[in-house]
Amino acid sequence: MLKFIKHHMETISGIEIYPIISFLIFFIFFFALIFYVVRVDKKVFSDISKIPLEDKTTDHEEV
Amino acid sequence: MFEAQNESQSQSLTIEDHPAKNEKSAGLETFSYDNKTVRNFLIATTVFGVVGMSVGLLVAIQFVFPEANFGLQYTTFGRVRPLHTNAVIFAFVGNGIFAGVYYSLQRLCKTRMFSDTLSKIHFWGWQIIILSAAITLPLGLTSGKEYAELEWPIDIAIALIWVVFGVNMFGTILKRRERHLYVAIWFYIATFVTVAMLHIVNSFELPISFMKSYSWYAGVQDALVQWWYGHNAVAFFLTTPYLGLMYYFIPKASGRPIYSYRLSIIHFWALIFIYIWAGPHHLLYSALPDWAQALGVVFSVMLILPSWGGMLNGLLTLRGAWDKVRESAILKFMVVAITCYGMATFEGPMLSLKNVNAIGHFTDWIIGHVHIGGLGWNGFLTFAMLYYLIPKLYGNKLHSEKLANVHFWIGTLGIVFYAIPMYWAGFTQALMWKDFNPDGTLVYSNFLETVTQIIPMYALRAFGGLLFLIGVFVMVYNLVKTARAGAFKAETQAQAAPLTTGYQAPRNEHWHRRIFEWRPVNLLVWSLVMVAIGGVIEIVPTFLIQSNVPTISTVKPYTSLELNGRDIYVREGCYTCHSQMIRPFRDEVIRYDPADLEYSKAGEFIYDHPFQWGSKRTGPDLHRVGKKYPDSWHYYHMLQPTSMSPGSIMPPYPWLFEQDWDKEILPKKIRAMQTLGVPYPEGFDLETIADAEAQAKRIAEGLRKDEIEVSPDKEIIALIAYLQRLGTDIKNIDEVAQVNKD
Repeated sequence: MLKFIKHHMETISGIEIYPIISFLIFFIFFFALIFYVVRVDKKVFSDISKIPLEDKTTDHEEV
Repeated sequence: MFEAQNESQSQSLTIEDHPAKNEKSAGLETFSYDNKTVRNFLIATTVFGVVGMSVGLLVAIQFVFPEANFGLQYTTFGRVRPLHTNAVIFAFVGNGIFAGVYYSLQRLCKTRMFSDTLSKIHFWGWQIIILSAAITLPLGLTSGKEYAELEWPIDIAIALIWVVFGVNMFGTILKRRERHLYVAIWFYIATFVTVAMLHIVNSFELPISFMKSYSWYAGVQDALVQWWYGHNAVAFFLTTPYLGLMYYFIPKASGRPIYSYRLSIIHFWALIFIYIWAGPHHLLYSALPDWAQALGVVFSVMLILPSWGGMLNGLLTLRGAWDKVRESAILKFMVVAITCYGMATFEGPMLSLKNVNAIGHFTDWIIGHVHIGGLGWNGFLTFAMLYYLIPKLYGNKLHSEKLANVHFWIGTLGIVFYAIPMYWAGFTQALMWKDFNPDGTLVYSNFLETVTQIIPMYALRAFGGLLFLIGVFVMVYNLVKTARAGAFKAETQAQAAPLTTGYQAPRNEHWHRRIFEWRPVNLLVWSLVMVAIGGVIEIVPTFLIQSNVPTISTVKPYTSLELNGRDIYVREGCYTCHSQMIRPFRDEVIRYDPADLEYSKAGEFIYDHPFQWGSKRTGPDLHRVGKKYPDSWHYYHMLQPTSMSPGSIMPPYPWLFEQDWDKEILPKKIRAMQTLGVPYPEGFDLETIADAEAQAKRIAEGLRKDEIEVSPDKEIIALIAYLQRLGTDIKNIDEVAQVNKD
């Protein structure tokens, strides 16, 4: 079964670039994630983190 | 109980106190939460907790009194140990996960579970799977892969029921009345999708009969897939769902929101991304390719950051509330659970460093390590959840807070009595195994000396387990009393406004919320992408690149009888005490292969479906045991281990001398092996029975010379054939020297 994959992988030219692309994707993702959580309004997070405590409805689209 | 609010009161919502104060508020919908399924899962987790831990205590006692197997094959260590691990992981923790998820998910999504029928199928399906495991494992029906021992029909059932769980969970999430997916739900989603992937990939096996199959993978590849699975079963069955529960129940029990929601977002993505790569740290210094080992180490060390981020997030939620911890047993359980999580997740990366792993691997240190996680993190968090939920569901106060505190202290002492002797035993073993005389010989050349030395530690460990179990019984009494005094509420009424349809997020809304936090399907897909990448990069190259598994021309497939003997070896769970992996250390090659000094090579395992490297050495490694002793030694040793090795704690295997090895199935086995790529000659399946009988006859005749009368049809003959073959293929071969150089 896996022989088929093997053949295809070996015939991809420039396969070496893929690890670098993967690294960049993940680096950018986590960088953006940190940027996001640092920038976000404190009130939004404090509101969300209360969801388990308030069994009321909170309409975040209105906040 | 700190949450003074009565649940039903908090649900009654008036338009005035609604924050949104718009026309939607007028359209509140009334619905009810399903408590029945939650209650059922809670009962199941308690019952199987008692069962699984009792079996654990039984196997712990067998280390001190081997006769505690009652002389029965069904209760012998090699078969009962998998029963213990499967019971506590999939029955105790599994039902605990489902109870917590079914309770919290409904409340976090402000909706009833998607389908009551699916809830029922899920509950009963899971219990039937557990029951079938409890029947098949003692019967020796096992695939021989640690933590994935269940045979193929049960594997399929697990996959189906898991999908039912997923559909029910996703259906609930999709009809939610709360747009924002609270972080606990992310962890549930990642759990669902990753466990599905792990289970399916690791369970690829070729059935040869109703309850027998061979792993699709062999040797190194099988080991890599298995530990990628095994490690991530810890990650995504014992950790991520419990982190979800932590993020829900700690705020509930303490009445405070989680310390940092920011941290929880980073925690989630970093944890699921990094965890999946760390599996190879279970195979350090083994025949696994070096690059895969290095990858495992690097990611394991990185894993400290998200793990401790999560732990601190849980603990710091209680900042300023430590006075409550003093009074509340629930919070005490939670604090110790999170602390144990922190300890285990610090210890794990440390054990992944190659120099530490050289000491810890194969010893009881690992057993101590996993029980800090199992007893402390999973056990105590489950107990906290039970103490929190049962009074709520029965509309009653806990029968006795005092007894809960008694449980807490007995349980904590139990963990201490369990863990410390295991650490002590682990270090003792490693130091004794590696101790050399000045002349270069081993100080403890007889492995048995390193076993008898630590038997007092095994006794203390069993005592620790007993304490922990007594605590559980105290809890059961307390909870039953609580339930009896109250009345079960099958439903909880609630009200909430539905989500607006066709809602468009404002442009300035943050990308993470738009893409993930409000889009459960995206979260599912990207969680899968995240975990699949780690798996693919680790596993696929081993399948693709020939040089990862150097083949050795002298390594030949097992003979028919040896193959049969190997299946008996797998059936008896020999891998639970004996490894088949000599690491490239001076002490190991001298101890296990004094003649040729050969450590185990990847190419030696290419016909091993499944691999049997093991993870623990209660007894010595067996990879080079072939031809080390005469057949008669094995015969007497299996009949009464202490006759050959006085002081041995290995149980006798008298049934191998009564039962006949299975001839009829041999052609099927050979054909299956051929399908898997083992180069038996064409048409060998027709000759296999005669071939096996001839070899059995030779062994029986050899034994007769030593005045042993035994029928060649007995299972012991097949087992001897296999044991005598182990590791002999590469003895005194020039080619091996070449491979060593490479």
